[in-house]
Amino acid sequence: MQQALSNPHTRAKWRLVFARPIAMASATLLLLFVSVALLDSIHFRLAMPFQDKGEVEFQNEVKSVLDVVLVRILPAAETTYSAPLAQYSFSKETIRLEDGSTIRSYPRLQHGGAHLIGSRKPRAQDIAERLLLSVFEAVICSGILLLLLAALIKSERQESISIRAKEILVGTTTVPWRASLIVVFFIMVLVFVIINLGSVYHLFGTDKVGADVLYQAIKSIRTGITIGTVTTLIMLPVALALGMSAGYFGGRTDDIIQYFYTTLSSIPGVLLIASASLMLDLYMEQYEELFRSIAQRQDVRLLALCFILGITSWTGLCRLLRAEVLKLKEMDYVQAAHAFGVSQVLILLRHLLPNIMHIVLITIVLDFSGLVLAEAVLSYIGIGVDPTMESWGNMINRARLEMARDPMVWWSLATAFFFMLTLVLSANLFADAVRDAFDPRSH
Amino acid sequence: MIQYIIRRLFYSIPILIGVNLITFAIFFLVNSPDDVARMHLGTKYVTPEAVERWKQDHGYHLPLVYNQSASGVSRVTETIFYHKSFRLFLFDFGRSDSGRDIGHDVRQRMWPSLAIMIPMFLGGLIVNIAFALFMVFFRGTKIDFYAVVFCVLIMSISTLFFVIFAQYLFGKLFQMVPISGFVSGWSMWKFLLLPVVVGIVAGMGGTSRWYRTLFLEEVNKDYVRTARAKGMSEARVLFGHVFRNALIPILTGTVVVIPMLFMGSLIFESFFAIPGLGSYTIEAIQRQDFAIVRSMVFLGSVIYIVALLATDITYTWADPRIRLS
Repeated sequence: MQQALSNPHTRAKWRLVFARPIAMASATLLLLFVSVALLDSIHFRLAMPFQDKGEVEFQNEVKSVLDVVLVRILPAAETTYSAPLAQYSFSKETIRLEDGSTIRSYPRLQHGGAHLIGSRKPRAQDIAERLLLSVFEAVICSGILLLLLAALIKSERQESISIRAKEILVGTTTVPWRASLIVVFFIMVLVFVIINLGSVYHLFGTDKVGADVLYQAIKSIRTGITIGTVTTLIMLPVALALGMSAGYFGGRTDDIIQYFYTTLSSIPGVLLIASASLMLDLYMEQYEELFRSIAQRQDVRLLALCFILGITSWTGLCRLLRAEVLKLKEMDYVQAAHAFGVSQVLILLRHLLPNIMHIVLITIVLDFSGLVLAEAVLSYIGIGVDPTMESWGNMINRARLEMARDPMVWWSLATAFFFMLTLVLSANLFADAVRDAFDPRSH
Repeated sequence: MIQYIIRRLFYSIPILIGVNLITFAIFFLVNSPDDVARMHLGTKYVTPEAVERWKQDHGYHLPLVYNQSASGVSRVTETIFYHKSFRLFLFDFGRSDSGRDIGHDVRQRMWPSLAIMIPMFLGGLIVNIAFALFMVFFRGTKIDFYAVVFCVLIMSISTLFFVIFAQYLFGKLFQMVPISGFVSGWSMWKFLLLPVVVGIVAGMGGTSRWYRTLFLEEVNKDYVRTARAKGMSEARVLFGHVFRNALIPILTGTVVVIPMLFMGSLIFESFFAIPGLGSYTIEAIQRQDFAIVRSMVFLGSVIYIVALLATDITYTWADPRIRLS
């Protein structure tokens, strides 16, 4: 595998992928999503405030690095709906005035825009100032990054940093750093907007129980990325092993494996997932004591979902690999290896595996976005991730009923839409670049 | 031809047996019938007698695969496997866990399902082929580029958003069509229009882009150059030659989509409150009615296998060179 991924031929193909501005831009975005997901995957339990008992006690709640960061930045929860950047609650409540009388009005939010209480500055001016500040900070940071990049990239000609920086900006470098930098700039703007604006307002509003929508959307990244990657990791070894042996050994092995995947693929995937997840629900209900904490239950369900999705999705890749190996094993170099007495396992690993890696790679990147989208649909049906877990599917599911309200609560849905579209679109664009580079048919 | 069909039907028997075994394993080996009974009666404070009575009522009291207390053939037939799984082969779905006749429900609910799936499927096919041909006609130009960008964009948006947005826009804001619901008879078109259109648009991105690559592969072949050299117009080349030859891979891909249609129908039927098989399944999932889900798994597989056979037969129509044997 290592050999297959690092030979000069493959490296040339990767260079081809990253020569495209769009691929570079989407790779940058994907990197951001993956790092957020990783930050969210480092879990620990905070130590209780020191109690002078000699040993450190830990809180029950498991937290991730991202939780700690977000809790510090984002404002605390409200009691109910509030619009993005709002100062006042979304729905009217009965408010008791100081003189004892009551009026029905929109109460002031506890945390959103709380820093404006007592100051004369209008909200619009405050928002505009913070926005401008964010853009300014982003420009500076991107500038520093540009200089760093110019200093770091290798170049045959010995020119000064400023010339290289100019090259990057004009877009004449071989690797289109400019595209990447533009994306980084927008990410910077977003990050600073979250820091400057999202820390004092609810940037994307709050939901029914007053939780910050932005927080939910960011937490959902891990769910989406996990489903996209873990499913692939589960399905890949099975598809590789079965597909290759079916194609290479033929005969009875081939028959059995073919029967196996034809049977599995003839069950509509969603129904298989539904059955398996219903059974899992029942199982978890029976053995409640095994799944004590909510986080544990969520993760078990998430992994189970990945597992089931893996079972339903390996058949396609397996079929492709079988066909390719069938073709490859008649090639002269395989025959030659055979004649020299190279063992079958070695032929499979050294001669066949590297030559089917492009199919594996293309399938992986193409499947990723589909899996992220599938999560939303499955969670909507009620057979996806745990309903208490933060995921875009669950966000959409909750937001569906809010659309019927008058006036409409649109921000949950819009936020989930924005985050999902960004991830899936960049995954799709990156997958296209990979396919164009690696698929021999596309030339 | 008929021989071929018969042979294929025989081939599908072991596959259906496999499907049957898988569903049996999922539904009865992971959790015992006792667990299922307890779940339906509420997990806490259930007497063993109540569990036993529930199992008796729903036919789960028999042994799983082998009945020692019976004699002769009924050692095999007086079991849960025979009653609940094997009988599916005879399309005898039995009763749901809430006591309804599943076979009756399926026969009643398949019509609304077909009423939405057939126009969605055929309309989608026509729209996708037309759009793909449009892109190929303008290949290499800005129009082609933006059309592909449009496709990728649609691919990246979850179907759920299309449904929610369309319901809001056309149902609530413009009030052009009812948001959801269903009636039988001719006036059902009002209820079908929105789900069908949304279904076609939501599926357009991936499919038409894929058709485009298929067409592009054909466009570079020698016979197309010959056709152009003869002085044929681009439109005639596309519709007369390229289209016909690209039809085979398109047909292959269409069948792969058929099990997806089931997934699609789940979303559309439940969002638009159409009383078809999809919403039936969703309701069963939400009520945790295993008998219905089990029947739907089997039925879905049968549909898939039949569709697979149907494609092979349409091959001969699309390409006279293919002889089935």
